[in-house]
Amino acid sequence: MKFSFIRLGAVLHKELREYRRSPFIVLTMAVLPLVFLIEPLITIFRIGPSVAASTADRAVSGTFLVLLIAPALLPAVIAAYSVVGEREQGTLEPLLTTPLRREELLLGKAIGVVVPAVGLAYVVFAVVQVCARLFASNTYVVSALGQGSHILAEILFAPLLAGWSIWVGIGISARASDVRVAQQLGTLSSIPPLAVVALVSFDVFTPSVTLAVVFALILLVADVILFRVVSALFDRERLITGASAQRAPSAGGQVPPAGTVRRIPRIGGSDDG
Amino acid sequence: MEADTTTAARGEPPSGKPPALVVDHLTKRFGDRTAFEDVSFSVAQGEVFGFLGPNGAGKTTTVRTLGTLIAPTSGSASVAGIPLTMDNGPEIRQHIAIMPENPGLYRRLTVTENLQLFAGLYEQRNATVRIGEALEAVNLTARARDLCGSLSKGLRQRVGLARALLNDPAVMFLDEPTSGLDPVATREVNDLIVGLRQRGVTVFLTTHRLEEAERLCDRVAFLNTTLRLVGRPDELRERLFSRSLTVETLTPLAAPDDVFNSAVGVESWRPEGASSYVLSVTDPRNVAPQVTRALVAAGADVVSISESRHSLEDVYLQLINDDPEASPR
Repeated sequence: MKFSFIRLGAVLHKELREYRRSPFIVLTMAVLPLVFLIEPLITIFRIGPSVAASTADRAVSGTFLVLLIAPALLPAVIAAYSVVGEREQGTLEPLLTTPLRREELLLGKAIGVVVPAVGLAYVVFAVVQVCARLFASNTYVVSALGQGSHILAEILFAPLLAGWSIWVGIGISARASDVRVAQQLGTLSSIPPLAVVALVSFDVFTPSVTLAVVFALILLVADVILFRVVSALFDRERLITGASAQRAPSAGGQVPPAGTVRRIPRIGGSDDG
Repeated sequence: MEADTTTAARGEPPSGKPPALVVDHLTKRFGDRTAFEDVSFSVAQGEVFGFLGPNGAGKTTTVRTLGTLIAPTSGSASVAGIPLTMDNGPEIRQHIAIMPENPGLYRRLTVTENLQLFAGLYEQRNATVRIGEALEAVNLTARARDLCGSLSKGLRQRVGLARALLNDPAVMFLDEPTSGLDPVATREVNDLIVGLRQRGVTVFLTTHRLEEAERLCDRVAFLNTTLRLVGRPDELRERLFSRSLTVETLTPLAAPDDVFNSAVGVESWRPEGASSYVLSVTDPRNVAPQVTRALVAAGADVVSISESRHSLEDVYLQLINDDPEASPR
């Protein structure tokens, strides 16, 4: 049986329905971007018209860092819940009894997290851009925010950073036995790519379109590798029983026909039927 | 190492039809622990097959193995005519349905939404129609829009059964479907299993409820890591228990030896209480009139003569008592 987009779509649809019905998830998804919206706006509005371009540039870089934290951090907790959470509520086994392939399940869950996370990140970015144009007093800040390279970086990095967090989170979730542990580890896992973004923001690397594209490509490759690794980590047997699969070559032997009464004698015992 | 064989009429597959399940020396080990070992049996199409055994006997692991959720350590099997390999997993799972002990429904989704997910996973083209039919089959149409979290355990089991019907499975594995249900809900689930049999679905039923297995199953198997016994419930009774008559008289017989030895077909007898006797006989229907005549001739006041009946529970307990390995874990 081949990869099925219908099955993937069924998983995705279920994931989105569950979010809608879970006030806690919706609330955390809404609150976090709000925080990441307020902080950049305050930073931008505090830069006066006479502030030097270099200072403004540093502030803009910091703003982009904050804006990229949301898509990296937001999906980590939800992704870390995805498999171990299903296992805890007893819904994983019925799912695994269907023809669903692990790639379909994992991609369905990943897309289910990436869509709202990246969507919210783009909305926050758009709101910052609009507010800056309407209310910022420093013209350099407005032009720096609107630079094509910055916009490209946001568009590229938001899904790629989210992808990293999601795959690491799902990988942890597929191996963890406790939801809390999985979520804490998932949150920590979103830090490494942000460290690279921070290095750019703090001028350790000079930001450029080339650097952005190279970094984006590295993240893309990392995301693909992570997907493969997480697929390999997804062991049905371990998830169901807590033990890894141990297989051996099949043995031959006669099979009694259906409708046969067969007393299996005990080894070393008497067949006292 | 004697293997007795007897044809079980109801369990026999219709001619030309391959068995729905063939299990051949299947073994599953988790490290040093053996879940089940050297298990062989086959199940005919349309048969309701009971899988019995104490806790930890390996029943659920067997279901999970046949459902391709876990890999066997050794041995082979075919499920719905498809060889049991992990590569064939998706194809096998397309043709079977497994209802675990806990139906595992998404509590924040409605009954219909739960079924929509699984209809999608089975790539059902007419999902809406199929879901409607499944809900009707389990008499849940009126609760289609209810959140699963608001349903009683019995209703959730019914949703689980509706879900299992969605792909029109060739083999349905029901793992303790009535566990924890009250008598009314148990009866409802049992009626649904009877309905499945009438539809021609092969049902593989694991259960602790022996009276349920006796009532529903064409054949039963007793597992306790290894397979102990397979057969029709009535055949198992006959195999494990000698056929007997229970005789009750108003007062104790003066010379029971003389009375019972005069009746042809009585192999032995033992007292059971003050004026009650259990006779081991060759054929209860033919021997009973002779015993009656012998009792009357001896001047005994006969209260009752009846054939001793043994339930599947007696068979189960007999196996447990017989077998030191079969004690509950």
